[in-house]
Amino acid sequence: MNDLLVADSVSKSYGNFKALNEVSIAVPKGSIFGLLGPNGAGKTTLIRIINQITMPDEGTVALDGQFLRAEHIKDIGYLPEERGLYKSMKVGEQALYLAQLKGLSKVEAKKRLKYWFDKLEIGDWWNKKIQELSKGQAQKIQFVVTVLHKPKLLIFDEPFSGFDPINANLIKDEILQLRNEGATVIFSTHRMESVEELCDHIALIHKSNKILDGRLNDIKRKFKTNTFEIGLQSQDPNKIMSEIKENFEVLPATFKNLHDDIKINIKIDASTSPNDLLSYLMTKAEIHHFVEVLPSANDIFIETVKNN
Amino acid sequence: MNHLPLIIKREYLTKVRNKSFIIMTFLSPLIMIGLIALVAYLSQLNKDKERTISILDESGYLGDVFKNSENTTYNYLLGMDLETAITLVKEKEDYGLLYASKTLSLDDVSGSIKFYSEDSPSITVISGIESKIERHLREVKLQADGVSLEQIEASKTQVSIAQESFEGKKSSKLDNIVKLAFGGLAGYLLFMFIIIYGNMIMRSVIEEKTSRIIEIIISSVKPIQLMLGKIIGTSLAGVTQFAIWVVLGGVLLTVVTAIFGIDMSQLQSPQQDLVNQAIQNQGAQAMAENMIIAVSNLPVINLVIAFLFFFIGGYLLYSSLYAAIGAAVDNETDTQQFMLPIIMPLVLAVYVGFFTVIEDPHGTVSTVFSFIPFTSPVVMLMRIPFGVPIWQQALSLIILVATFVFTVWMGAKIYRVGILMYGKKPTYKELFKWIKY
Repeated sequence: MNDLLVADSVSKSYGNFKALNEVSIAVPKGSIFGLLGPNGAGKTTLIRIINQITMPDEGTVALDGQFLRAEHIKDIGYLPEERGLYKSMKVGEQALYLAQLKGLSKVEAKKRLKYWFDKLEIGDWWNKKIQELSKGQAQKIQFVVTVLHKPKLLIFDEPFSGFDPINANLIKDEILQLRNEGATVIFSTHRMESVEELCDHIALIHKSNKILDGRLNDIKRKFKTNTFEIGLQSQDPNKIMSEIKENFEVLPATFKNLHDDIKINIKIDASTSPNDLLSYLMTKAEIHHFVEVLPSANDIFIETVKNN
Repeated sequence: MNHLPLIIKREYLTKVRNKSFIIMTFLSPLIMIGLIALVAYLSQLNKDKERTISILDESGYLGDVFKNSENTTYNYLLGMDLETAITLVKEKEDYGLLYASKTLSLDDVSGSIKFYSEDSPSITVISGIESKIERHLREVKLQADGVSLEQIEASKTQVSIAQESFEGKKSSKLDNIVKLAFGGLAGYLLFMFIIIYGNMIMRSVIEEKTSRIIEIIISSVKPIQLMLGKIIGTSLAGVTQFAIWVVLGGVLLTVVTAIFGIDMSQLQSPQQDLVNQAIQNQGAQAMAENMIIAVSNLPVINLVIAFLFFFIGGYLLYSSLYAAIGAAVDNETDTQQFMLPIIMPLVLAVYVGFFTVIEDPHGTVSTVFSFIPFTSPVVMLMRIPFGVPIWQQALSLIILVATFVFTVWMGAKIYRVGILMYGKKPTYKELFKWIKY
């Protein structure tokens, strides 16, 4: 079994509104899986089904090869987008309560909380009430509570919202470390730069349907346009430009470089290899910059959603 | 995984540790006792007020009817006309002037008496005067017919009917009063309990929604567990509060009575009047005896068991509705439109209980209302002291249990959907749709 979580043709309707239409995803063990989609696409519904908060009308969800059961609650850690804590309860008491709901014993929960509180340097908050903390501070507590019971599957819905860049980085490192320790992560966000940074698999849901999924690199390869960003230096740039334009499709490019006379994007046929382009250019001018233009997660997102 | 005990514990502890809960727990009995003491004190003050009533008797029949009492002085005016008398009474600031005009015969006297006063006189004063005059005129008339005063005295009799059931159980008029007191207390207690703690449950559901912790919680526990945990935890906090109130109230009442020497029996109420009458008719010793008989005549075991069952059943029925309402809305102001259908049957039950059951505990209205599940807990609790056949109690309880299973199920459905809904106030139609999700 290489996939920790497999959702198979999951459908869910609310009255006449179909929130999910036969969506299937497979989350490989030890991966960080980006669940993407515009607002209202059905991501939250899918996440709630995985958490057994709502039941699917059709389809099945299996964790580690077993259909979801009540026992799986302790194997999943969920940080919802709409999150909060009991305002008038003390931090420590509250964290203990939530940990016990996930099946930890009180003693064990206390031990692990102490570890995490020390690690995130929030130990002196134990007897404070949530209403005395800032939003970012409360988010830290929520993060700790989500991962405390060492679940196999972690689900983060917009985990970085409300954090300053320093703390967002801190949390990002913690997520990566948890993954390295063996956890599988489902990560839902609209911030494409963090998808780029963290995810190795993605699935894109749009209007209740899954329209794209796979390894992020494979998808990028599929979406690449064989375009290369090129910086050249030559005595006679105008002559070379016109020569290149005769042989290739040329697009304007902007990038930063020290002393390039020519900055262009060149698109080649799928049959042409980049080496052919390179050897052609070598005969014409001095090459300072040669990079394949890969589509960003952002580009893929926008393009796919627009085309559907 | 069964998290119910954990949830109950949290709900209980948060409620009990809440500052306003603690303040209410200890302040309420103080306020209540303070109010009772104040009312008792004020009514005593009123009674002790001395008043003078002037009498101008032109008929000649009211000669020696009125004797001065502790707080009323009667002042006979002689040899003046009505106008002078009124001016005089006004000047002296007397309570009022009783005037009997000249009449031809004894028969006309009753129709020729008037009472003049600055403000309209109190009913007790007027009816006191009326009864005195009535008694006097009757005696005068009887004497005119040749009956001696001794004969009239001797003719006065008091009847006190000893009651006994066909099975030979002794009872008295006092029985009904005691039954009424027990039944009314039980019914009213349930009513108050539902309103106070139902609201508390509703608020705590809304709090979880507004603080947005709800999704974290229900990714760990089933919504119905959370709902039941909330209901049970809050009820236990309620029972704790009630127990403290009873103990504290009892102690305070004793202390206050001892300090201020206020005789609580002086508080006037219709029931009290009945008791007073009973005391007058029977004498203290007979009264005490009857009281013991009355209490022992109560179906005590039945009462206790029925109280437990109907109390729990009725409370669960309503509190699941309160929880559902809390889940359906975003803030407390939105709850208004959904509250009415809950409060209405409750208030109806109390009214039916206090008016119909007293009149005829086994009449059609009382019987029917003691079967309708939304009114049955209150009405049945009030009926039981008067003796309700076991089959009726059982049937009513079965209907109640069936209904509360249904409302808990329905409440849980609305709760499950509602706790994740934000933004807009749902309509009844939408609530109905949620049940079907």
